[in-house]
Amino acid sequence: MERIPILRMGEFLLVTIQVDMHDQLALKLQDDLSNAIQRHAAKGVLIDISTLEMVDSFIGRMVADISGMGRILGAETVLVGMQPAVAITLVELGLSLPGVSTALNVERGMALLRRKILGVGDVTATAG
Amino acid sequence: MSQPRQGEAPLRSEHDIVLARQLVRKLTQELTFSLVDQTKMVTAASELARNALIYGRGGTMHWELVQRDAYRGLKLLFADQGPGIPDIGKAMTDGWTSGNGLGMGLSGAKRLVNEFNLDSQVGAGTRVTIVRWK
Repeated sequence: MERIPILRMGEFLLVTIQVDMHDQLALKLQDDLSNAIQRHAAKGVLIDISTLEMVDSFIGRMVADISGMGRILGAETVLVGMQPAVAITLVELGLSLPGVSTALNVERGMALLRRKILGVGDVTATAG
Repeated sequence: MSQPRQGEAPLRSEHDIVLARQLVRKLTQELTFSLVDQTKMVTAASELARNALIYGRGGTMHWELVQRDAYRGLKLLFADQGPGIPDIGKAMTDGWTSGNGLGMGLSGAKRLVNEFNLDSQVGAGTRVTIVRWK
């Protein structure tokens, strides 16, 4: 069955969404990620959507759910790489993704995750 | 111009929603919409296609390249023969949903386009028409 790969990097999990996901695939990813967080006792999850050309309310909700679910399982989630056109559209659609940490790219997302987990530096909800 | 000016796509499965998004992307690119405008129209189409599938139990998306004076645009009609919407005012409210969504579909889609028209009859179905001009 079609699924989105989840890579493990130490205490972090990295997910790169590169396909135009149909709804079941998004739900499957949510399921797979919660299992992976538990199995690897992951402390952080990085979701890279830099190749996604659209985020609608369904995908937005999935991201928010993953973030909330991860927090309960002891993992911080950072969403990285959102294209400007996608960000503009999301806000106009009415989704501001409250509670979801974001960063410009994978590198900054990693730095934000480390800060959040190690509890050092400025731990704000959003890093540029 | 040998290109078709209008057409129709089925909305019978989740995969059809993906295909509808890709079709709208292609059409807005043909109309040379800006990237932001393409993304807004594709996102609105995705919301309305999902509504037609989930709440309307499937339907169709009609598309048409339209022109008004010097402006060109894309018109989309999402039609289903589902149960219809009993309270349109409520359905258009941010955060209200009769299903398990976020309740941003209809109200959100309206904000992403230039023209929005919702016509629904209980027991007969729902038709949502949107237009975005270049």
